Amino acid sequence: MNRVARRKFLSQLFVAFCALSVLLALVPLAFILFYLVSRGIQALNVSFFTQMPRPVGESGGGMANAIVGTLILVGIGAIAGVPVGIMSGVYMSEYAGSRFAALIRFAADTLNGVPSIVVGMFAYAVAVLPFKQFSALAGGLALAIMMIPIMARTTEELLLLVPSTMREGALALGATRARAVFTVVLPAALPGVITGVMLALARIAGETAPLLFTSFNNQFFSTKLTQPISSLTVQLYTYAISPYEDWHRQAWAGALTLVTLVLLCSVLARLATRRLERMHVR
Amino acid sequence: MRSSEAGFRIGTGLFGAVLVLIVVGIGFELWRQSMLSIAKFGLNFWATSTWDPVAGQFGALPFIWGTLYSSLLALLIATPIALGIAVFISELCPAALQQPLVFLTELLAAIPSIVYGLWGIFVLVPAVRALETWTPPSLKQVPLFSGPPFGIGMLAAALILAVMVIPFISSVAREVLRTVPSAQREAAYALGATRFEAIRAALFYARTGIVGAVMLGFGRALGETMAVTMVIGNSPRVSLSLFAPQYTMASVIANEFTEAADPLYVNALVEIGLVLFVITLAINVLSRLLIWGMANANRRPIAPATDEAKAAA
Repeated sequence: MNRVARRKFLSQLFVAFCALSVLLALVPLAFILFYLVSRGIQALNVSFFTQMPRPVGESGGGMANAIVGTLILVGIGAIAGVPVGIMSGVYMSEYAGSRFAALIRFAADTLNGVPSIVVGMFAYAVAVLPFKQFSALAGGLALAIMMIPIMARTTEELLLLVPSTMREGALALGATRARAVFTVVLPAALPGVITGVMLALARIAGETAPLLFTSFNNQFFSTKLTQPISSLTVQLYTYAISPYEDWHRQAWAGALTLVTLVLLCSVLARLATRRLERMHVR
Repeated sequence: MRSSEAGFRIGTGLFGAVLVLIVVGIGFELWRQSMLSIAKFGLNFWATSTWDPVAGQFGALPFIWGTLYSSLLALLIATPIALGIAVFISELCPAALQQPLVFLTELLAAIPSIVYGLWGIFVLVPAVRALETWTPPSLKQVPLFSGPPFGIGMLAAALILAVMVIPFISSVAREVLRTVPSAQREAAYALGATRFEAIRAALFYARTGIVGAVMLGFGRALGETMAVTMVIGNSPRVSLSLFAPQYTMASVIANEFTEAADPLYVNALVEIGLVLFVITLAINVLSRLLIWGMANANRRPIAPATDEAKAAA
């Protein structure tokens, strides 16, 4: 083989490798989704959503308490995390050049890389240990901490998408900086901010590790914020590592529910971004 | 006017300060809660292998070994595949395929860890067990493949971790590749380079950013908890064997933290968390610096700026 042919062959080999690696990544995805749907559908029925877990040996039952628990935990996380995230994002974009903005950005990126189990430990130290009580609030705190850096960074990026002429226009009309941000810039970026919230919610709804020793688990229906509370993910974990066939079926149903919830959030988020891009990109 | 401006700055700045405080607080709290174990065992904690809560003996070597070994194995598998995907999406594939492929790889990142774990237990582990049973005895002599075929163990953990970090590495690598000026590739083509040679030049140009992307994946793999806990076997040992059940730092915390009653036991677990925090912190900082440096070097990119570049500008 001459030199040119060899180089061409090598190039084709490389292209083939790249295409193959895409396939290699899509195979597990297809496998996971296939098992999730086929096993999940078998176990999914109305009672899964309306009934409580049954003890071992009794078939049937559902995860009503865990579904409500997850919604409560995610709700607490959002209430605590969204304002902090958005306001830090506003600071980073409004005072983009300042040292403190760089520090916040650095903190957000670091926090984003902190393992979720470590966040759980921190929430345990500040919200469980002093009260000697696992609680929904502690779980919500852990989720809020996971959510804040995501919210802060997306808000910052989205505010930078808003044309600076809009901000300058408001300022030229004599608006204060606060007024310009809250009545002009943030509303213009609102679909994007909602996207950020949805993406962050999708991320925290699937978290297990930070909840293991904060909100713990609860076999009963509970909405008390100062008590341990059940969540889809922790319940799923308990069922998955149990030796009971019936619990495994429930775990698949729980996983399908969870993934549907998470994907729904992501898809809604993407639709909102599309709208924002259409609005602002010329 | 002036005072309202300052009020706004301080008001929003306070929220930002919360973020900084959380990071500092995590480090401080973990250090405070692990002082007992730090004082009692010192550096020996990381050099010994006895983990006996009843006797009050704690050595974390098997855990740090399991974490590093599983993460490195996962990177070994994931890096070439993730880079292949990044190159395929950003350089090779038809424009119409680009968006769907990005969506599908992002889907891989959106699946919660616990679902990977569930799939791992019931689908991947039996497959790995079959593979291990089928391994010829001659190969079993090699330390890498020794031990009985459990299914659960290092190999299953590394495989599932690889699938989980692929989307992270490939999306950052894709962004990094986009900051390579197209003049770079055009010049290569103009000199008669083949596709492979032109892309190799682009990859070389983007090498710091690519290294950053891989390290970001490494950070993810180190801290990954649920999926690994469910398939690695949770047995503290230092072994090269891919078939052996082992343990990781994150898994031992997940499994034992709620059961730990004795203060020294709790402190030992928190110390593992502290070290995990410090390692992931260092890796994240380093990888961000690499990626930022890369973005700064191309301050006027011809392709659209990445998030990182925007942040750095």
